[in-house]
Amino acid sequence: MSIIARSMALLGLLSRPSRHYSLAFLTFGGFIAGIIFWGAFNTALEVTNTEAFCISCHEMRNNVYEELRETVHYSNRSGVRATCPDCHVPHEWTDKIARKMAATKEVWGKVFGTISTREKFQDKRLELAMHEWARFKANDSLECRNCHEYVYMDITAQSPRAADHHERLLKNGEKTCIDCHKGIAHELPDMSNVKGWK
Amino acid sequence: MRHQNSSRLERARPAMRGLAAFTGILALVVVAVTVSAVSIAGPRSGTVETTEADALATLRGSAINMEQTSPRMGKEVNTDLRPVRNYPEQPPTIPHKTRGYKINLKVNKCLSCHSRRAVEQSQAPMVSVTHFMDRDGQVLASVTPRRYFCSQCHVPQLDAKPLVANDFVDADTVIQVIRAKGN
Repeated sequence: MSIIARSMALLGLLSRPSRHYSLAFLTFGGFIAGIIFWGAFNTALEVTNTEAFCISCHEMRNNVYEELRETVHYSNRSGVRATCPDCHVPHEWTDKIARKMAATKEVWGKVFGTISTREKFQDKRLELAMHEWARFKANDSLECRNCHEYVYMDITAQSPRAADHHERLLKNGEKTCIDCHKGIAHELPDMSNVKGWK
Repeated sequence: MRHQNSSRLERARPAMRGLAAFTGILALVVVAVTVSAVSIAGPRSGTVETTEADALATLRGSAINMEQTSPRMGKEVNTDLRPVRNYPEQPPTIPHKTRGYKINLKVNKCLSCHSRRAVEQSQAPMVSVTHFMDRDGQVLASVTPRRYFCSQCHVPQLDAKPLVANDFVDADTVIQVIRAKGN
Protein backbone atom coordinates (compact mmCIF):
# COMPACT_ATOMS: atom_id res chain seq x y z
CA MET A 1 0.00 0.00 0.00
CA SER A 2 2.85 2.33 0.85
CA ILE A 3 4.18 2.09 -2.74
CA ILE A 4 0.85 3.17 -4.15
CA ALA A 5 0.64 6.00 -1.58
CA ARG A 6 4.16 7.15 -2.47
CA SER A 7 3.51 7.11 -6.21
CA MET A 8 0.29 9.09 -5.65
CA ALA A 9 2.31 11.66 -3.68
CA LEU A 10 4.90 11.87 -6.49
CA LEU A 11 2.14 12.30 -9.06
CA GLY A 12 0.71 15.15 -6.94
CA LEU A 13 4.14 16.82 -6.76
CA LEU A 14 4.63 16.55 -10.54
CA SER A 15 1.19 17.94 -11.32
CA ARG A 16 1.66 21.08 -9.14
CA PRO A 17 3.22 24.29 -10.53
CA SER A 18 6.82 24.97 -9.57
CA ARG A 19 7.18 26.89 -6.30
CA HIS A 20 10.88 28.01 -6.50
CA TYR A 21 11.96 28.03 -10.18
CA SER A 22 10.78 30.48 -12.79
CA LEU A 23 9.02 29.41 -15.97
CA ALA A 24 11.92 30.79 -18.07
CA PHE A 25 14.48 28.79 -16.09
CA LEU A 26 12.54 25.60 -16.45
CA THR A 27 11.86 26.17 -20.15
CA PHE A 28 15.38 27.13 -21.24
CA GLY A 29 17.04 24.86 -18.70
CA GLY A 30 14.98 21.99 -20.00
CA PHE A 31 15.83 22.94 -23.57
CA ILE A 32 19.57 23.03 -22.92
CA ALA A 33 19.48 19.85 -20.87
CA GLY A 34 17.61 18.27 -23.78
CA ILE A 35 20.32 19.32 -26.24
CA ILE A 36 23.04 17.92 -23.99
CA PHE A 37 21.16 14.68 -23.46
CA TRP A 38 20.38 14.26 -27.16
CA GLY A 39 23.96 15.08 -28.18
CA ALA A 40 25.39 12.64 -25.67
CA PHE A 41 22.93 9.97 -26.75
CA ASN A 42 23.79 10.33 -30.42
CA THR A 43 27.52 10.52 -29.74
CA ALA A 44 27.34 7.33 -27.70
CA LEU A 45 25.26 5.74 -30.44
CA GLU A 46 27.82 6.68 -33.08
CA VAL A 47 30.65 5.30 -30.96
CA THR A 48 28.89 1.93 -30.88
CA ASN A 49 28.56 2.25 -34.65
CA THR A 50 32.27 2.04 -35.43
CA GLU A 51 34.36 -0.92 -36.42
CA ALA A 52 36.78 -0.19 -33.57
CA PHE A 53 33.90 -0.74 -31.15
CA CYS A 54 32.79 -3.96 -32.87
CA ILE A 55 36.23 -5.55 -32.80
CA SER A 56 36.94 -4.45 -29.24
CA CYS A 57 35.38 -7.84 -28.35
CA HIS A 58 37.28 -11.01 -29.23
CA GLU A 59 34.04 -12.61 -30.44
CA MET A 60 34.20 -10.31 -33.44
CA ARG A 61 37.92 -9.51 -33.75
CA ASN A 62 39.39 -13.02 -33.73
CA ASN A 63 36.48 -14.48 -35.60
CA VAL A 64 34.33 -12.88 -38.27
CA TYR A 65 36.62 -9.86 -38.66
CA GLU A 66 39.50 -12.17 -39.59
CA GLU A 67 37.28 -13.76 -42.23
CA LEU A 68 36.34 -10.36 -43.65
CA ARG A 69 39.99 -9.41 -44.09
CA GLU A 70 40.44 -12.00 -46.84
CA THR A 71 37.52 -10.75 -48.91
CA VAL A 72 37.04 -8.07 -51.54
CA HIS A 73 35.06 -5.98 -49.06
CA TYR A 74 38.25 -5.46 -47.05
CA SER A 75 41.06 -5.44 -49.59
CA ASN A 76 40.63 -4.61 -53.26
CA ARG A 77 41.94 -2.77 -56.31
CA SER A 78 40.59 0.68 -55.51
CA GLY A 79 41.08 0.67 -51.74
CA VAL A 80 37.47 1.39 -50.81
CA ARG A 81 36.32 -0.87 -48.04
CA ALA A 82 33.24 -1.66 -46.00
CA THR A 83 33.38 -1.63 -42.20
CA CYS A 84 31.14 -3.77 -39.96
CA PRO A 85 28.32 -1.19 -39.47
CA ASP A 86 28.22 -0.37 -43.22
CA CYS A 87 26.55 -3.74 -43.78
CA HIS A 88 25.18 -4.71 -40.39
CA VAL A 89 23.55 -1.45 -39.23
CA PRO A 90 20.94 0.42 -41.30
CA HIS A 91 21.88 4.01 -42.10
CA GLU A 92 18.40 5.53 -41.64
CA TRP A 93 17.74 6.69 -38.08
CA THR A 94 14.52 4.77 -37.36
CA ASP A 95 15.87 1.51 -38.76
CA LYS A 96 19.15 2.09 -36.96
CA ILE A 97 17.41 2.50 -33.57
CA ALA A 98 15.34 -0.61 -34.24
CA ARG A 99 18.51 -2.57 -35.02
CA LYS A 100 20.24 -1.17 -31.93
CA MET A 101 17.35 -2.27 -29.75
CA ALA A 102 17.49 -5.75 -31.27
CA ALA A 103 21.24 -5.72 -30.59
CA THR A 104 20.64 -5.62 -26.82
CA LYS A 105 20.33 -9.41 -27.22
CA GLU A 106 24.00 -9.35 -28.22
CA VAL A 107 24.89 -7.78 -24.86
CA TRP A 108 23.16 -10.75 -23.22
CA GLY A 109 25.17 -13.08 -25.44
CA LYS A 110 28.39 -11.31 -24.49
CA VAL A 111 27.66 -11.51 -20.75
CA PHE A 112 26.81 -15.20 -20.86
CA GLY A 113 29.50 -16.14 -23.40
CA THR A 114 27.10 -17.57 -25.98
CA ILE A 115 29.73 -17.40 -28.73
CA SER A 116 32.82 -16.93 -26.59
CA THR A 117 34.81 -19.53 -28.57
CA ARG A 118 35.17 -20.21 -32.29
CA GLU A 119 33.59 -23.65 -31.77
CA LYS A 120 30.53 -22.22 -30.02
CA PHE A 121 30.23 -19.66 -32.81
CA GLN A 122 30.43 -22.29 -35.54
CA ASP A 123 27.66 -24.25 -33.81
CA LYS A 124 25.43 -21.18 -33.82
CA ARG A 125 26.58 -19.88 -37.18
CA LEU A 126 23.64 -21.10 -39.28
CA GLU A 127 21.10 -19.55 -36.90
CA LEU A 128 22.94 -16.22 -36.74
CA ALA A 129 23.48 -16.13 -40.50
CA MET A 130 19.79 -16.81 -41.08
CA HIS A 131 18.91 -13.78 -38.94
CA GLU A 132 21.08 -11.58 -41.17
CA TRP A 133 19.76 -13.11 -44.41
CA ALA A 134 16.18 -12.57 -43.20
CA ARG A 135 16.98 -8.95 -42.37
CA PHE A 136 18.53 -8.33 -45.80
CA LYS A 137 15.65 -10.09 -47.55
CA ALA A 138 13.08 -8.03 -45.61
CA ASN A 139 14.68 -4.65 -46.41
CA ASP A 140 15.52 -5.58 -50.04
CA SER A 141 19.27 -5.66 -49.31
CA LEU A 142 19.25 -2.03 -48.25
CA GLU A 143 22.79 -2.08 -46.85
CA CYS A 144 24.14 -3.55 -50.11
CA ARG A 145 22.32 -0.89 -52.09
CA ASN A 146 23.87 1.95 -50.12
CA CYS A 147 26.85 1.29 -52.40
CA HIS A 148 25.62 -1.12 -55.10
CA GLU A 149 22.37 0.10 -56.63
CA TYR A 150 21.05 -1.41 -59.84
CA VAL A 151 20.33 1.92 -61.55
CA TYR A 152 23.99 2.94 -61.21
CA MET A 153 25.41 -0.35 -62.48
CA ASP A 154 27.14 -0.19 -65.86
CA ILE A 155 25.89 -3.53 -67.14
CA THR A 156 28.25 -3.37 -70.14
CA ALA A 157 31.26 -3.33 -67.80
CA GLN A 158 30.09 -6.53 -66.11
CA SER A 159 30.96 -10.03 -67.24
CA PRO A 160 28.29 -11.49 -69.57
CA ARG A 161 27.17 -13.86 -66.82
CA ALA A 162 26.76 -11.12 -64.22
CA ALA A 163 25.04 -8.78 -66.69
CA ASP A 164 22.55 -11.51 -67.63
CA HIS A 165 21.71 -12.35 -64.02
CA HIS A 166 21.32 -8.72 -62.96
CA GLU A 167 19.10 -7.87 -65.91
CA ARG A 168 17.03 -11.02 -65.66
CA LEU A 169 16.60 -11.32 -61.90
CA LEU A 170 17.58 -8.10 -60.09
CA LYS A 171 16.07 -5.48 -62.40
CA ASN A 172 12.48 -6.71 -62.04
CA GLY A 173 12.84 -7.26 -58.30
CA GLU A 174 12.42 -11.03 -58.58
CA LYS A 175 15.58 -11.47 -56.51
CA THR A 176 17.45 -9.24 -54.12
CA CYS A 177 21.23 -9.07 -53.63
CA ILE A 178 21.40 -11.48 -50.69
CA ASP A 179 19.55 -14.23 -52.59
CA CYS A 180 22.68 -14.92 -54.64
CA HIS A 181 25.48 -13.11 -52.82
CA LYS A 182 25.66 -15.05 -49.58
CA GLY A 183 29.01 -15.58 -47.90
CA ILE A 184 30.79 -12.77 -49.72
CA ALA A 185 32.20 -11.14 -46.58
CA HIS A 186 32.35 -14.06 -44.14
CA GLU A 187 32.57 -17.84 -44.29
CA LEU A 188 29.32 -19.71 -44.71
CA PRO A 189 27.62 -22.10 -42.31
CA ASP A 190 26.56 -25.61 -43.36
CA MET A 191 24.47 -24.78 -46.44
CA SER A 192 23.04 -28.25 -47.04
CA ASN A 193 19.53 -27.16 -46.00
CA VAL A 194 19.63 -23.64 -47.43
CA LYS A 195 17.50 -22.98 -50.50
CA GLY A 196 19.50 -22.65 -53.70
CA TRP A 197 22.65 -24.26 -52.30
CA LYS A 198 22.03 -27.97 -52.87
CA MET B 1 47.34 -23.15 -64.61
CA ARG B 2 47.02 -24.74 -68.01
CA HIS B 3 45.04 -27.90 -67.97
CA GLN B 4 47.27 -30.88 -67.43
CA ASN B 5 47.32 -33.33 -70.28
CA SER B 6 49.36 -36.00 -68.51
CA SER B 7 46.95 -38.79 -69.30
CA ARG B 8 46.41 -37.96 -72.93
CA LEU B 9 49.09 -40.29 -74.26
CA GLU B 10 47.45 -43.27 -72.61
CA ARG B 11 44.15 -42.28 -74.09
CA ALA B 12 45.36 -41.66 -77.63
CA ARG B 13 44.27 -43.84 -80.48
CA PRO B 14 46.60 -46.72 -81.56
CA ALA B 15 47.87 -44.74 -84.57
CA MET B 16 49.04 -42.00 -82.28
CA ARG B 17 50.45 -44.37 -79.70
CA GLY B 18 53.29 -45.41 -82.00
CA LEU B 19 54.14 -41.78 -82.66
CA ALA B 20 54.07 -41.05 -78.95
CA ALA B 21 56.30 -44.00 -78.10
CA PHE B 22 58.83 -42.93 -80.72
CA THR B 23 58.88 -39.36 -79.39
CA GLY B 24 59.28 -40.64 -75.84
CA ILE B 25 62.27 -42.82 -76.74
CA LEU B 26 63.84 -39.95 -78.66
CA ALA B 27 63.42 -37.63 -75.65
CA LEU B 28 65.00 -40.23 -73.33
CA VAL B 29 67.98 -40.60 -75.64
CA VAL B 30 68.48 -36.83 -75.82
CA VAL B 31 68.29 -36.50 -72.03
CA ALA B 32 70.67 -39.45 -71.46
CA VAL B 33 73.25 -38.02 -73.89
CA THR B 34 73.06 -34.57 -72.34
CA VAL B 35 73.34 -35.88 -68.77
CA SER B 36 76.36 -38.06 -69.63
CA ALA B 37 78.01 -35.14 -71.43
CA VAL B 38 77.57 -32.97 -68.34
CA SER B 39 78.93 -35.66 -65.98
CA ILE B 40 81.97 -36.22 -68.22
CA ALA B 41 82.68 -32.49 -68.16
CA GLY B 42 82.47 -32.63 -64.37
CA PRO B 43 80.89 -30.19 -61.94
CA ARG B 44 82.21 -26.62 -61.99
CA SER B 45 82.25 -24.79 -58.71
CA GLY B 46 80.65 -21.36 -58.47
CA THR B 47 78.92 -21.19 -61.83
CA VAL B 48 75.63 -22.61 -62.90
CA GLU B 49 75.41 -23.64 -66.51
CA THR B 50 72.00 -23.85 -68.06
CA THR B 51 71.95 -26.91 -70.26
CA GLU B 52 69.03 -28.32 -72.12
CA ALA B 53 68.57 -30.87 -69.36
CA ASP B 54 68.44 -28.13 -66.73
CA ALA B 55 65.87 -26.26 -68.75
CA LEU B 56 63.78 -29.40 -68.85
CA ALA B 57 64.26 -30.20 -65.18
CA THR B 58 63.32 -26.83 -63.73
CA LEU B 59 61.48 -23.67 -64.59
CA ARG B 60 63.39 -21.73 -61.95
CA GLY B 61 66.10 -20.48 -64.29
CA SER B 62 68.55 -19.26 -61.69
CA ALA B 63 70.79 -20.61 -58.94
CA ILE B 64 69.10 -21.91 -55.84
CA ASN B 65 70.71 -19.25 -53.64
CA MET B 66 69.46 -16.39 -55.80
CA GLU B 67 66.27 -14.46 -55.12
CA GLN B 68 64.13 -14.23 -58.22
CA THR B 69 61.69 -11.48 -59.09
CA SER B 70 58.22 -12.93 -59.20
CA PRO B 71 56.44 -13.00 -62.53
CA ARG B 72 53.44 -10.68 -62.85
CA MET B 73 50.19 -12.26 -61.81
CA GLY B 74 48.13 -13.24 -64.83
CA LYS B 75 44.58 -12.17 -65.45
CA GLU B 76 41.94 -14.83 -64.99
CA VAL B 77 39.92 -15.46 -68.15
CA ASN B 78 36.36 -14.24 -67.51
CA THR B 79 34.69 -14.42 -70.91
CA ASP B 80 32.02 -17.02 -70.07
CA LEU B 81 32.72 -18.57 -73.48
CA ARG B 82 33.23 -22.32 -73.50
CA PRO B 83 36.65 -23.17 -74.91
CA VAL B 84 37.28 -26.22 -77.12
CA ARG B 85 38.19 -29.48 -75.40
CA ASN B 86 41.42 -31.09 -76.56
CA TYR B 87 39.94 -34.58 -76.24
CA PRO B 88 36.44 -35.80 -75.36
CA GLU B 89 37.23 -36.84 -71.79
CA GLN B 90 38.94 -33.56 -70.90
CA PRO B 91 37.31 -31.85 -67.90
CA PRO B 92 36.10 -28.52 -69.30
CA THR B 93 38.10 -25.54 -68.07
CA ILE B 94 36.31 -22.79 -66.16
CA PRO B 95 35.70 -19.70 -68.34
CA HIS B 96 35.09 -17.36 -65.38
CA LYS B 97 36.76 -16.06 -62.23
CA THR B 98 36.51 -18.18 -59.11
CA ARG B 99 38.06 -15.87 -56.51
CA GLY B 100 36.73 -16.63 -53.05
CA TYR B 101 34.78 -19.71 -54.12
CA LYS B 102 34.73 -22.19 -51.25
CA ILE B 103 34.42 -25.94 -51.61
CA ASN B 104 34.38 -27.72 -48.26
CA LEU B 105 32.18 -29.99 -46.19
CA LYS B 106 29.75 -27.19 -45.43
CA VAL B 107 29.43 -25.45 -48.74
CA ASN B 108 30.14 -25.88 -52.45
CA LYS B 109 29.97 -22.54 -54.23
CA CYS B 110 30.19 -24.12 -57.70
CA LEU B 111 27.06 -26.19 -57.11
CA SER B 112 25.07 -23.07 -56.20
CA CYS B 113 24.93 -22.46 -59.97
CA HIS B 114 25.85 -25.80 -61.61
CA SER B 115 23.72 -28.22 -59.58
CA ARG B 116 20.70 -29.85 -61.18
CA ARG B 117 18.24 -27.62 -59.35
CA ALA B 118 20.19 -24.39 -59.75
CA VAL B 119 20.59 -24.31 -63.53
CA GLU B 120 17.08 -23.06 -64.24
CA GLN B 121 17.93 -19.81 -62.50
CA SER B 122 21.62 -19.62 -63.31
CA GLN B 123 21.45 -20.97 -66.90
CA ALA B 124 24.88 -22.49 -66.24
CA PRO B 125 25.76 -25.93 -67.65
CA MET B 126 24.61 -28.71 -65.29
CA VAL B 127 27.17 -30.97 -63.67
CA SER B 128 27.60 -33.95 -66.00
CA VAL B 129 25.63 -37.09 -65.17
CA THR B 130 28.88 -39.02 -64.70
CA HIS B 131 29.34 -36.96 -61.53
CA PHE B 132 26.19 -38.51 -60.06
CA MET B 133 27.46 -42.07 -60.59
CA ASP B 134 29.11 -44.11 -57.91
CA ARG B 135 31.97 -46.44 -58.81
CA ASP B 136 29.51 -49.10 -59.96
CA GLY B 137 27.85 -46.76 -62.41
CA GLN B 138 24.74 -46.35 -60.26
CA VAL B 139 23.27 -42.86 -60.70
CA LEU B 140 22.64 -41.22 -57.31
CA ALA B 141 20.38 -38.31 -56.33
CA SER B 142 23.22 -35.84 -55.90
CA VAL B 143 26.87 -35.41 -56.84
CA THR B 144 28.93 -38.29 -55.45
CA PRO B 145 31.61 -37.57 -52.85
CA ARG B 146 34.32 -38.69 -55.30
CA ARG B 147 33.31 -35.95 -57.74
CA TYR B 148 32.45 -33.29 -55.15
CA PHE B 149 35.68 -31.29 -55.21
CA CYS B 150 35.26 -29.52 -58.56
CA SER B 151 38.64 -27.80 -58.65
CA GLN B 152 40.48 -31.13 -58.59
CA CYS B 153 39.80 -31.37 -62.33
CA HIS B 154 38.19 -28.10 -63.42
CA VAL B 155 40.43 -25.06 -63.34
CA PRO B 156 40.14 -21.43 -64.41
CA GLN B 157 42.55 -20.22 -67.07
CA LEU B 158 45.07 -17.41 -67.04
CA ASP B 159 45.65 -15.01 -69.86
CA ALA B 160 49.36 -15.94 -69.88
CA LYS B 161 51.97 -17.36 -72.19
CA PRO B 162 52.67 -21.08 -71.64
CA LEU B 163 55.83 -21.67 -69.58
CA VAL B 164 56.90 -24.51 -71.88
CA ALA B 165 56.10 -24.97 -75.51
CA ASN B 166 53.34 -27.47 -76.21
CA ASP B 167 52.94 -29.07 -79.60
CA PHE B 168 49.90 -31.11 -78.68
CA VAL B 169 47.50 -31.77 -81.53
CA ASP B 170 44.13 -33.40 -81.11
CA ALA B 171 43.21 -36.81 -82.49
CA ASP B 172 41.33 -35.36 -85.46
CA THR B 173 44.48 -33.56 -86.63
CA VAL B 174 46.53 -36.75 -86.24
CA ILE B 175 43.99 -38.67 -88.32
CA GLN B 176 44.05 -35.96 -90.98
CA VAL B 177 47.86 -36.08 -91.18
CA ILE B 178 47.87 -39.86 -91.43
CA ARG B 179 45.19 -39.82 -94.13
CA ALA B 180 47.08 -37.15 -96.07
CA LYS B 181 50.23 -39.27 -95.95
CA GLY B 182 48.32 -42.39 -97.03
CA ASN B 183 46.96 -40.67 -100.13
